Amino acid sequence: MTAALQYLFDALSLGSLYALGALGIALIFGVMRLVNFAHGDVMTFAIFVLIAPTTEAVAPLWVGAWATPLIVLTVLGVGAALAVLAELTVFRHLRHATPATTMMAAFALGFVIQNVLLALHSSRAKAVNLWPQLNLPVDLWGARVPALQMLMIGITMALLLGLAWMLRHTRAGLEMRAAAEDFDMARMLGVKANRVILVAFGMSGALAALIGLFMVNQTGLVDIRMGAPMMLVAFVSTVIGGLGSLMGAVLGGFLIGFVSTALQAWLPLDARAFRDAFVYLGVIALLLWRPNGLFITGATRQRV
Amino acid sequence: MTTHLLSIQNLHVRYGGIAALRGLDLTIHAGETVMVTGPNGAGKSTLMKAIAGLVKPRQGRIVFDGQLTTGRAPETVAASGFSLVPEGRQVFGSMTVLENLRIGTGLRRNALAVAADLEYLLDVFPLLRERAHGQAGLLSGGQQQMLVIARALMAAPRLLAIDEPSLGLAPRVTDQVYEALLRLRAERDLTLLIVEQSASRALLTGGRMVMLREGGIVLEGDPRQITAQQMQQAYFGYDAAPAAMHA
Repeated sequence: MTAALQYLFDALSLGSLYALGALGIALIFGVMRLVNFAHGDVMTFAIFVLIAPTTEAVAPLWVGAWATPLIVLTVLGVGAALAVLAELTVFRHLRHATPATTMMAAFALGFVIQNVLLALHSSRAKAVNLWPQLNLPVDLWGARVPALQMLMIGITMALLLGLAWMLRHTRAGLEMRAAAEDFDMARMLGVKANRVILVAFGMSGALAALIGLFMVNQTGLVDIRMGAPMMLVAFVSTVIGGLGSLMGAVLGGFLIGFVSTALQAWLPLDARAFRDAFVYLGVIALLLWRPNGLFITGATRQRV
Repeated sequence: MTTHLLSIQNLHVRYGGIAALRGLDLTIHAGETVMVTGPNGAGKSTLMKAIAGLVKPRQGRIVFDGQLTTGRAPETVAASGFSLVPEGRQVFGSMTVLENLRIGTGLRRNALAVAADLEYLLDVFPLLRERAHGQAGLLSGGQQQMLVIARALMAAPRLLAIDEPSLGLAPRVTDQVYEALLRLRAERDLTLLIVEQSASRALLTGGRMVMLREGGIVLEGDPRQITAQQMQQAYFGYDAAPAAMHA
């Protein structure tokens, strides 16, 4: 029982990370049919402001030395600002380009961000010990769950509910949904396209930065390559959920979190090293069964 | 300044190597109803998209309500008072009927006027009131056509353009759509620009007819004063047997 509870929390917290990542990708894909492959690198960049630029093995804290609320605000703000900057300097000029072109541009942007970080911080992974008390376990019905996991799950749930409310009950949310469903039609009804896209980029960048904060607390490390694997899983989650569906992306993220945790628990010891191979095997099987993803609706199917 | 609401001069639009519009001139006065007809590929939809700002003209000027709108973004054109109901309706299928109606009101400041317009349009289209909280994608074709007309009107346009409102609808449903349009025109002082492939509707709406073929205007005038022979010649580009006339 307690073991099951422990696995449940593992799955939910891992799923939260993936769901937030997938959401950031789906937000941008929804309004501009762009798979932002630089998403993971936006996360890395935002999280690197925690430490001072140095090529030494040990980096002193920079933003990371500030008060907690300031750290959170700054990191999320940097993520949002970088994503908005990417839209203004790169993607806005490629509005009428083919999807292949914008995808390559996103890849290129990711490499640029990585190389800026490489120049500033070198390629070494650096230790960042931000809030050690978060790794203390909390006793929950006999299961020992790290406080960080509970925090991650709680924040993710609150964010998802908040986003669902915002999409349903605010003018910006209405416009974002309309733009995601039929961009040209929304514009012909007066929806300001560039503003909607900027909002989507800002939200996506802040979400990426939040994942970075979670990850750095989990691992105690920052690494200029930490964005890519995250980005890959997030992208796969959106594809499983059905590209274009925000709800699908979130559920896809949680699904991968649960399957990964379950395989980690049940696979024979020798096979555990190949856990991710089994996960992606499942992904392939799933996409053969439902090529458009699990949660695609009639309204979005025709557009993808 | 005359009462020109829309004035188009020498409009050229190309898709790659193909010319869709070749030097089209068209003027619409406030309060007029203009029916644009013509065979497939004549450039009717291209003309609508060019006015709406969805396609960029190669050459020419579009002046709407005294403002040069050529090459402007669709949201800018919409803000100046032009509302297009495109071909194929394009409701936001996953959203409710009411949400669809609210999207076009983002440009309006007067909340009371918006609420009054909503009430009025739900009276004109009682089916939409019944399904107000239902998913728009589940409406029938005729209901969707009514929804997109009402949605366009919620933006309080000065000129309402509708591309093929009868497309894919049963004749009886088409009649209902037109009845509603004529009522709206009478009660709301609407200037209408309607595209239909067949010329027969132009007679019923009592407006001016403009016939396009191969990217230019081939016939223009009061449809009651145009003979069937003139119409056939313009539509097909040669004298066709009367039986071939598109009724």
